[in-house]
Amino acid sequence: MSESASVRAQLEVRDLEVAVDGKQILSGVSLTVPQGEVHALMGPNGAGKTSLGYAVMGHPKYKVTGGEIRWKDQSLLGVLPEDRARMGLFLSLQYPTAIPGVTTVNFLRAALKGQGKGLPARDFLKLVREQMTALKMDHSFMSRYINDNFSGGEKKRMEIVQLAVLRPEMAILDETDSGLDVDALRTVAEGVNRVHDDGMGVLIITHYQRILDYIKPDRVHVMAAGRVIVSGGRDLVDRIEKDGYDPMLREAGLDISAATAAAAG
Amino acid sequence: MAVAAKDLTKDYKYGFNDGDEFVFRAERGLSPEVVADISRRKAEPAWMLEFRLKALEHFRQRPMPSWGADLSGIDFDDIYYYVKPAEEQGRTWEEVPEGIKRTFDRLGIPEAERKFLAGVSAQYESEVVYHSIREDLEKLGVLFSDCDTGLREHPEIFRKYFATVIPPNDNKFAALNSAVWSGGSFVYIPKGVRVEIPLQAYFRINTESMGQFERTLIIAEEGSFVHYIEGCTAPTYSKDSLHSAVVEIIAMPNSHVRYTTIQNWSNNVYNLVTKRAIAKEHSVVEWIDGNLGSKVTMKYPSIYLMGEGAHGEVLSVAFAGDGQHQDAGAKIIHVAPNTTSTIVSKSVSKGTGRTSYRGHLKVYPKAHDVRSSVRCDALLLDEQSRSDTYPYMDVEAEDVQIGHEATVTKVGDEQLFYLQSRGISEQEATAMIVNGFMEPFVKELPMEYALELNRLISLQMEGSVG
Repeated sequence: MSESASVRAQLEVRDLEVAVDGKQILSGVSLTVPQGEVHALMGPNGAGKTSLGYAVMGHPKYKVTGGEIRWKDQSLLGVLPEDRARMGLFLSLQYPTAIPGVTTVNFLRAALKGQGKGLPARDFLKLVREQMTALKMDHSFMSRYINDNFSGGEKKRMEIVQLAVLRPEMAILDETDSGLDVDALRTVAEGVNRVHDDGMGVLIITHYQRILDYIKPDRVHVMAAGRVIVSGGRDLVDRIEKDGYDPMLREAGLDISAATAAAAG
Repeated sequence: MAVAAKDLTKDYKYGFNDGDEFVFRAERGLSPEVVADISRRKAEPAWMLEFRLKALEHFRQRPMPSWGADLSGIDFDDIYYYVKPAEEQGRTWEEVPEGIKRTFDRLGIPEAERKFLAGVSAQYESEVVYHSIREDLEKLGVLFSDCDTGLREHPEIFRKYFATVIPPNDNKFAALNSAVWSGGSFVYIPKGVRVEIPLQAYFRINTESMGQFERTLIIAEEGSFVHYIEGCTAPTYSKDSLHSAVVEIIAMPNSHVRYTTIQNWSNNVYNLVTKRAIAKEHSVVEWIDGNLGSKVTMKYPSIYLMGEGAHGEVLSVAFAGDGQHQDAGAKIIHVAPNTTSTIVSKSVSKGTGRTSYRGHLKVYPKAHDVRSSVRCDALLLDEQSRSDTYPYMDVEAEDVQIGHEATVTKVGDEQLFYLQSRGISEQEATAMIVNGFMEPFVKELPMEYALELNRLISLQMEGSVG
């Protein structure tokens, strides 16, 4: 592990404990995603998957009470979300936030500039138009207020437009597949793959194997009750598809009803 | 989110002063002698002197308003009521005294005039020191001058309309303005003339403890159109100044008047202004009112919808930073049937800043088929900041459709996090959210003003988050 870290950047989460409003949400999560790999994060509702994404990106409500988050051999604890973005991290939200009055194009321009990747106006607009076309979004979305009155599917595609414009080195995609029909799912997956092909690492949070047919995971982690209970290869996805989470929870010695109720979000 | 105390003198770009620039200054305080002296210096007709003295009497008798913002800091005896900055009014900038010209240069007025204005009036202290109007408009009969010139050169129009919309006894500060008014704008748009690019008046206070009492009268004849814009700034002093204007608009049938204010007084100015319009048949009156500066503002632009089919609109934004109280709102009176109105009020409070929306919507018994919508949105930037809403409705007619919506939101942690997670700093993210909130207002402004407003808001946000 330590040898590969010096060769390739990786996101390392070690024994991570996180509380929200004083309530323990994550209780010892460990996983490592090297840049260039795709890892899937699965698990029942309330397992803490979304919370892990927020904690990695530095949401102020998610207080780290123990353990470590490291990226490129640096601790992220105490680092502001904007600095984590500048270091190459990206989080696609399950429910992207609307910001009335801020147009998509101004939002993207500010984000690129904020990350020190500002472009001349023409190149910038060309880039945004290309990526919107690639994600099958009408260019009129550029002058609409970001996520404001977007449908669920439009919001998800806009997240991937952002991913493609910002070109992070490590992306956490939180249920980017939910609420998408088959065609939209393929469009979104292709969008992710294009950036992944350039070396981006991906941690993809999902409930379903559907999206994993398009974005092939190198490893799969299953979370329950605020920690990772199993990590393994792609075969884990098939097992979950066939038997659900219950056998894994039982193997991990977790009471099923308690495991799913233990943590929110 | 720690809020650092804002150094006003540092952030307020217009806080410089020019030293003393005047040719005459009345003694401090208010008396019949001061009022008579102002009138004599202006060589006014007897009726105006009489009007002023009566108004002064009314001002003295009228108690201070007990509602609204705290006005206890005003010391009426400590104010200069009349300061004449120059002997003559300039028709070119070269004619304006050097120190004053420099100020307006720094404020970008001559440049704006060249680029996108049909006429400019620049008031410094009590008098308009520079004034111009495009020749083609003058030839069409458009009148645009200071109010004193209106009285002197067009007495028949002036006297017919002056103080008919806001009589001196309307309120204490309208009475004060009526007693000591000076400068302001006199605008007359003849029948059918459309002034497609804006006329702008610029108001500057320079002296400490100054009182500025401009008076504006706008008459839009049948089928005419005018967009009038005013801007205001002042130096930052430790002692307070007073700005108390009266603005009257008469919109004749089928005319359209848009009045835009970008108020950016320094944070030691009490800004107590009475603005009212009369809208005749099928006319449209719009108040676009932006309040960013001042210590205390009390201002409720009103529209009396007197003629059938008239439409009134008040779109306002207020930004209250530390120590500021913006008590603003709107008043719409539906007197005639088939009249419509819209009020949109947006306010932002930061630190110890406080905004209040005070609205009055009245529908008279004979005003059937009236439609009105009122929307107030307040945005709070932190725990201390405060916003209050006082909507008052008085509907005496039937067949009336009224919508009222009010929201108060805090700058959301989720919005901030979303922007930050994309690489945008917290301070810039906050400014983006605030600018976005104000967008419905900003998009009504000519582009140059929209950019300026966005810049001012960003400036207000600086050092606000830690």
